[in-house]
Amino acid sequence: MQFMLLFSRQGKLRLQKWYVPLSDKEKKKITRELVQTVLARKPKMCSFLEWRDLKIVYKRYASLYFCCAIEDQDNELITLEIIHRYVELLDKYFGSVCELDIIFNFEKAYFILDEFLLGGEAQETSKKNVLKAIEQADLLQEVRMTCCEQWGEI
Amino acid sequence: MALKMVKGSIDRMFDKNLQDLVRGIRNHKEDEAKYISTCIDEIKQELKQDNIAVKANAVCKLTYLQMLGYDVSWAAFNIIEVMSSSKFTYKRIGYLAASQCFHEGTDVIMLTTNQIRKDLSSPNQYDTGVALTGLSCFVTPDLARDLANDIMTLMSHTKPYIRKKAVLIMYKVFLKYPESLRPAFPRLKEKLEDPDPGVQSAAVNVICELARRNPKNYLSLAPLFFKLMTSSTNNWVLIKIIKLFGALTPLEPRLGKKLIEPLTNLIHSTSAMSLLYECVNTVIAVTKIVLIIVRINILSCTVVKYLGLLAMSKILKTHPKSVQSHKDLILQCLDDKDESIRLRALDLLYGMVSKKNLMEIVKKLMIHVDKAEGTTYRDELLTKIIDICSQSNYQYITNFEWYISILVELTRLEGTRHGHLIASQMLDVAIRVKAIRGFAVAQMAMLLDNAHLLAGNTQRNGICEVLYAAAWICGEFSEHLEDPLQTLEAMLRPKVTTLPGHIQAVYVQNAVKLFAAVLTRRETAGEKQAAQETTEMLIEKLPQFVQSADLEVQERASCILQLVKYIQKLQAKEVSVAEEVTALFAGELNPVAPKAQKKVPVPEGLDLDAWINEPPSESESEDEKPKAIFQEDEPKHSRPRLTELDEQELARRREARKQEQANNPFYIKSSPSPQKSYQDTPGVDHIPVVQIDLTVPLKVPGMPISDQYLKLEEERRLKQKQEKKDKKKKKKKEKHGKSRRHDSAHTESEEDIAPAQRVDIVTEEMPENALPSDEDDKDSNDPYKALDIDLDKPLADSEKLPVRTHRPSRTEGLKSPDVDTTAEEQRPKKSKEKDKKKDKERKVCYFSGHKDHLFNLLQNPSNHQHLNYKVYDIQGNLQDGSQVVVSVIFENNCTDFLKSMEFNVLDSLNTRLVRPSGASVHDGIAVPFQLPPGVSNEARFVFTVQSIVMPQKLKGTLTFIVKTEDGSTHEKLDFKLHFTCTSYLITTPCYSDAFAKLLESEELKVNALKLDSINMPFHHLLAKICFHHHFSVVERIDSCASMYSRSIQGHHVCLLVKSVSMPSCGQ
Repeated sequence: MQFMLLFSRQGKLRLQKWYVPLSDKEKKKITRELVQTVLARKPKMCSFLEWRDLKIVYKRYASLYFCCAIEDQDNELITLEIIHRYVELLDKYFGSVCELDIIFNFEKAYFILDEFLLGGEAQETSKKNVLKAIEQADLLQEVRMTCCEQWGEI
Repeated sequence: MALKMVKGSIDRMFDKNLQDLVRGIRNHKEDEAKYISTCIDEIKQELKQDNIAVKANAVCKLTYLQMLGYDVSWAAFNIIEVMSSSKFTYKRIGYLAASQCFHEGTDVIMLTTNQIRKDLSSPNQYDTGVALTGLSCFVTPDLARDLANDIMTLMSHTKPYIRKKAVLIMYKVFLKYPESLRPAFPRLKEKLEDPDPGVQSAAVNVICELARRNPKNYLSLAPLFFKLMTSSTNNWVLIKIIKLFGALTPLEPRLGKKLIEPLTNLIHSTSAMSLLYECVNTVIAVTKIVLIIVRINILSCTVVKYLGLLAMSKILKTHPKSVQSHKDLILQCLDDKDESIRLRALDLLYGMVSKKNLMEIVKKLMIHVDKAEGTTYRDELLTKIIDICSQSNYQYITNFEWYISILVELTRLEGTRHGHLIASQMLDVAIRVKAIRGFAVAQMAMLLDNAHLLAGNTQRNGICEVLYAAAWICGEFSEHLEDPLQTLEAMLRPKVTTLPGHIQAVYVQNAVKLFAAVLTRRETAGEKQAAQETTEMLIEKLPQFVQSADLEVQERASCILQLVKYIQKLQAKEVSVAEEVTALFAGELNPVAPKAQKKVPVPEGLDLDAWINEPPSESESEDEKPKAIFQEDEPKHSRPRLTELDEQELARRREARKQEQANNPFYIKSSPSPQKSYQDTPGVDHIPVVQIDLTVPLKVPGMPISDQYLKLEEERRLKQKQEKKDKKKKKKKEKHGKSRRHDSAHTESEEDIAPAQRVDIVTEEMPENALPSDEDDKDSNDPYKALDIDLDKPLADSEKLPVRTHRPSRTEGLKSPDVDTTAEEQRPKKSKEKDKKKDKERKVCYFSGHKDHLFNLLQNPSNHQHLNYKVYDIQGNLQDGSQVVVSVIFENNCTDFLKSMEFNVLDSLNTRLVRPSGASVHDGIAVPFQLPPGVSNEARFVFTVQSIVMPQKLKGTLTFIVKTEDGSTHEKLDFKLHFTCTSYLITTPCYSDAFAKLLESEELKVNALKLDSINMPFHHLLAKICFHHHFSVVERIDSCASMYSRSIQGHHVCLLVKSVSMPSCGQ
């Protein structure tokens, strides 16, 4: 996978993850172009499109578009599966996730994505394992936080 | 839940956290930019504070702003600070920010190496995890090289959580640092059989990705993967493995047979569509057996339909027949709501047509054209129809009359952009298929007659382009016209002047051709009066073109007007002129290959670039009268002069026209071609000329009248149906004739001429001396090329991942002499000599970066195919404290002559290449010599430096021209220049008493460091230090030596080198 973008129906970017090194300028250009293209498509249309030399796989969940770019030989259906799996993970973590969850906890959304995908490849196919890893990391964070606060009070 | 608690605690801690920022942005919709700029100011303040929590919060907010498209590269250093926090909470944010904001160009990225290494070896698996995740996003070649060994160690970590991350990130490392692939591969292979499924699938992922790019190196893994495939139940893994086999089988055909069984099993058993699709794809690639198409197509979901079509297009390439049987299904897809499915289906149709079904398919497409709503899709349809029909040189068209009427129908499309395409098709067919000309001309005359329908919306569409073709065809083949006068009148209507200039020009030109045709007919019929009337009409109508704003139209019109006036004069004298006028346009035009002109070889001794005459001076250009003057002059000319001028003009213009036509593939050259003088050279003679002889002429009597387009279409369809019936009947009974004559003629022609009607394609010959232009096929930038490494060869001893054992000591060293000079600017540097006196047991004093520099010097010589270069010395300039001189030795390795070498370096803030005044920073410096084969020479380049206390790495390129026997090529060589701190030292002799004084002065700072594993005699070491690092030996006693040097800015550097246990450990 080359990159993953999440954007709203209004075309606002909610999350971006790039697995190929690109300059900021290029990233912006690609994002703009893709958001326009995908938003212009009608709801009944197919989830795949060919764009430059890449294939774009996108899917809409509520008001959010999840959009991945894969290479020519990659499997579109598995990418769709990845998107779906990510949504499921978000859903489990936030408890029926909505766009606002992702906006306000965007770093969490990244952490989950990072536990699920690494370098553009699926890292962990088990939902349970991903969530376990995230929860434990969060717990670690929390413990540290509480210690920190206590010290602050002292 | 845990999340909420964490959030709550953060909320209480800071004034404005990420949530506040997001909320703020949402509340300031109208002045977002302003609000964010104040936020950025706040963040800058927060970053200045010492509290790491505040900093982390600021960095978190910056990450959000980065996503919104704001530049946050200025905060790169702060991000590193947060990354290096010992608390996981902040480290996590820091790495997230880094993974979002850093890229290869980020210069501070080098500073992260040690931090990342520390985190990788952290006892906390989540620290390690977060570091690995972050690294996967911003790994650079340098980081990959430095960390490859650490990551490889992690591949055998006890925790599967770390193992799988380490395995996956190795792929990124391989891409950046291909040398690591061979040493790391055995361990990667082990991971294929890891007990943890996650690690296993990660290893499969990585190897599949690697193998996809360079399958041949991974053939030996096939049995292992086969085992995995038959045993695994994880669909994610299966897909990858199957994809891998898809890449392997073309190299090992035996695999294909073995695979069929498991694949078919999977196909029939799996419920996962993605796995099914992958299997099918591989089966198509591998076994060329088409048994599964049906299953995909039964499924109705859009997504699967799309993929089914995609798969079918792959099958089509190898097995067109099996796809053709699904024609109906594909045609159904044309009705799909989704445009992308329709387009895919169109692509398929393109490959599916045959002589038999072409008309049917196109008819369906025509219906879609009528229904299609969006212009984009309709345009796509239109081009597809034309593509389908014209593919492989009209191979599938059996009836060109039908094709012409299709083209004519297409002109009725509103708002299409493809008028040009239709026009060129019309020209092409009319010119190349002689038998169709009569029909084509009739149709074109009709088009011209109804030009107002097409031209009505000139501004909006390009469809009026077809009038260009229509006018030309009518004019050129006017002998086929039923009623040339009517067409002529149509072409001279006042409305025509609204058309674009280039079309009007064709109109004017062809009006004369038609005029000639009319005259011929009138005069043979003896109707002199009628002929004169035609002339009068022309004289009356032409002035509207003379007034045209378009120069081409104006010129042609005024020319022709004069010609016609002359004709009128002759006619008044009762001279028959038709023959002479026709002679103006006599001669058959033959089609010429599009590239023919290019292929005509330039004759010996002809220099095309040389001036034929002297370059035009200004006075000469005045002789050519501007248009307006020409027009004014016109009436003043006396008649006889006028005609003379006319004929000259005409000759000139005919010449011009021929030349223009020669360049236009759709024009046919008249036989006395401009290239006639070269006819003895092979190029022109070999251009094939289309010769089509139809056994039965395709003449249709009683064409429908132009206005009734609708009727025409209906009739055409009826006709088609009948033709089809005819065909069927014909098959049953060969000699079954139809009652209507022209119909039977059609059928006959279709059946009989099919082979004869092949349109010969003009093969694209290249002239003998043409240069093959495909050399740029090789993409040197392909990152995967580098990974094309043979993995089965046993590892050589030299192939180890770089393990930087001396690194720790180096970091220590960095704090030592050089860096300290920054702090104590003017003070002389510390010396290790003190150690010698105070602490005799101390083993080593050594200059930092020292060994590194040796290392660099050894690394630098790069073996390029042509040029070997070697930075042999970087030395301070004695005269100028701010300059260093870099000496580079260039050696020519190849057998060719190298010249025009240019040396250029990307300046940094600190170090700049001194260029001649006036040159920009992007200009290189010419190397003042050329290199014959095998010769080496030294060049020196001067750099200015600001600060001499930090090491520098500069990137640069050397461009040069390789002159070989058959031409010369431009080559480029990239290199890196390493300026270590010792580069700025100048060898300065020092006497031992002065040296002792210096040591006593207490102004020097002390630092010591030990280096292991140096295996060279002590005197060699000293010589090396002296040579490469510009020290001079003050005193040497056995295995100790005092050394001295001075920097270009006057700092003293003293060095004590001691060897601890001779001779194995020289220092």
